[in-house]
Amino acid sequence: MKGRAAAVAAVALLALAGCAGPAASSSDTATGSSSAESSGSGKLTGTVTVFAAASLTDVFTALGDQLMADNPDLEVRFNFAGSSALATQLTQGAPADVFASADEAQMAKEKDAGLAVDPTVFAQNSLMLAVPPGNPARIAPPQAAGIPGLADLVPADLTLAVCAPEVPCGAAAAKVLDSAGLNGAPDTYEDDVRAVLTKVELGEVDAGLVYVSDVHAAGDKVLAFAFRESSLAVNRYPLSVLTDAPNPAAARAFVDLVLSDAGQQVLRHAGFQEP
Amino acid sequence: MTRPREGTGIPTPLLVPAGLGIAFLVLPVVGLLVRAPWSDLAPQLTAPGVGDALRLSLLSATVATLLSLLMGVPLAWVLARSRIRGRSVLRALVTVPLVLPPVVGGVALFLVLGRQGLLGRWLFEQFDITIPFTTTAVVIAETFVAMPFLVISVEGALRAADARFEDVAATLGADRWTTFRRVTLPLVAPGVAAGAVLCWARALGEFGATITFAGNFPGTTQTMPLAVYLALQRDPEAALVLSLVLLAVSLATLLLLRDRWLGRSGAPVA
Repeated sequence: MKGRAAAVAAVALLALAGCAGPAASSSDTATGSSSAESSGSGKLTGTVTVFAAASLTDVFTALGDQLMADNPDLEVRFNFAGSSALATQLTQGAPADVFASADEAQMAKEKDAGLAVDPTVFAQNSLMLAVPPGNPARIAPPQAAGIPGLADLVPADLTLAVCAPEVPCGAAAAKVLDSAGLNGAPDTYEDDVRAVLTKVELGEVDAGLVYVSDVHAAGDKVLAFAFRESSLAVNRYPLSVLTDAPNPAAARAFVDLVLSDAGQQVLRHAGFQEP
Repeated sequence: MTRPREGTGIPTPLLVPAGLGIAFLVLPVVGLLVRAPWSDLAPQLTAPGVGDALRLSLLSATVATLLSLLMGVPLAWVLARSRIRGRSVLRALVTVPLVLPPVVGGVALFLVLGRQGLLGRWLFEQFDITIPFTTTAVVIAETFVAMPFLVISVEGALRAADARFEDVAATLGADRWTTFRRVTLPLVAPGVAAGAVLCWARALGEFGATITFAGNFPGTTQTMPLAVYLALQRDPEAALVLSLVLLAVSLATLLLLRDRWLGRSGAPVA
């Protein structure tokens, strides 16, 4: 898998687009008149703080670098963690400009708290079964045609890591495990999806349920299998400028960049699906 | 007059910073108490998993402390009394877990004891033993992080203890082991006790190395700090309740121990 290389290529493409056109934004949610100005090059200053789900680490870092390259006086800062932890931090008054969550439940918390208005779904992600490169448990799909069920892939004595049900990837994992009749299969409930991925990469578990995008990000450090039940738990990723954003113009520009064709292309290359 | 008042005996220049120190350390706990959802304490406490997490925490912290005593006291003696070369390098090495971010400690444990680790791979291939994601892993992670606290305390006590008692014991014909057992150990007992308490408390609160190396599974590896952290993501009030439970149990344990074992010798305990 060449996910990382593809993402880099897409960013390079994005850089070209940024140089050629006056504005890369093609957002359908641009509300304020500030949007047209803010996505122009070199206008934005100060710091913009983005709270984003752990699964967005690579993509958003690339997009943030892009925005900073276009706006030399702007600094884009990220706080990547499990969406639920981020939602809690925001509710407790953490200063941030943008929140991007890995599911709508966490964004709903911010809406209820009056911190986010009109979030836009910008990507979708579903689960895959990732295994270490050596595939120590010798997981193999059965010969039958079509996408295997999770139960066909996961034998009873497998060491399996999943996300804790408190975080979005864990809620999705719980759904697919439940549907596959494998509720008892996990051996550890990790606090975010990157922790699951790390344990798979280290070869300490036989398999882990991670997002398709994480499989892309891990490159050849993991192998992965698709399974039928993944369609039951597709996470929709919303993002929103926060109402208390200290730097609303830059926040809007970041959101527009994510929603733009170029931003969406980076997301596609990283394994995220179209909303 | 610079002479302190008879009442407290605290010189004024110390009073203000000490008061600030107290406020700084105690106010967050007061915050916990004030914000705790006292009205629905009962359902939160009886929620499934709370008892398991508490039992596991107490058990693993206690076993980790016993292991630390078993290895840490002799290690402290080696650091304080032996004549081996490179003692200061050794001291720096064994106290590395104090400065290492615990999560990194957890990864380091993987690299040695994990299924792909230096020792762990051999254990797995020869005996089919896997350590990560078991209660054993919790104890190992806690011991790794907490033992240096004990070693530092005991080493300090050994250095402060008067070595002439040991010399006298030797001139009276006691061998080195008897001297250690009958003279040195009783002399530094308060330091050992203080170190053990510090070690236990650190083990009880251990989070990073545990969640990394042992994972998080209710009943086997989910200790109270892990339960608190995950509860915080779903329901901050539940996290407050869990924290209070941990706080109450550890305070009670330390106070009980103090009365029962540590006497009123003025040892720097709890």
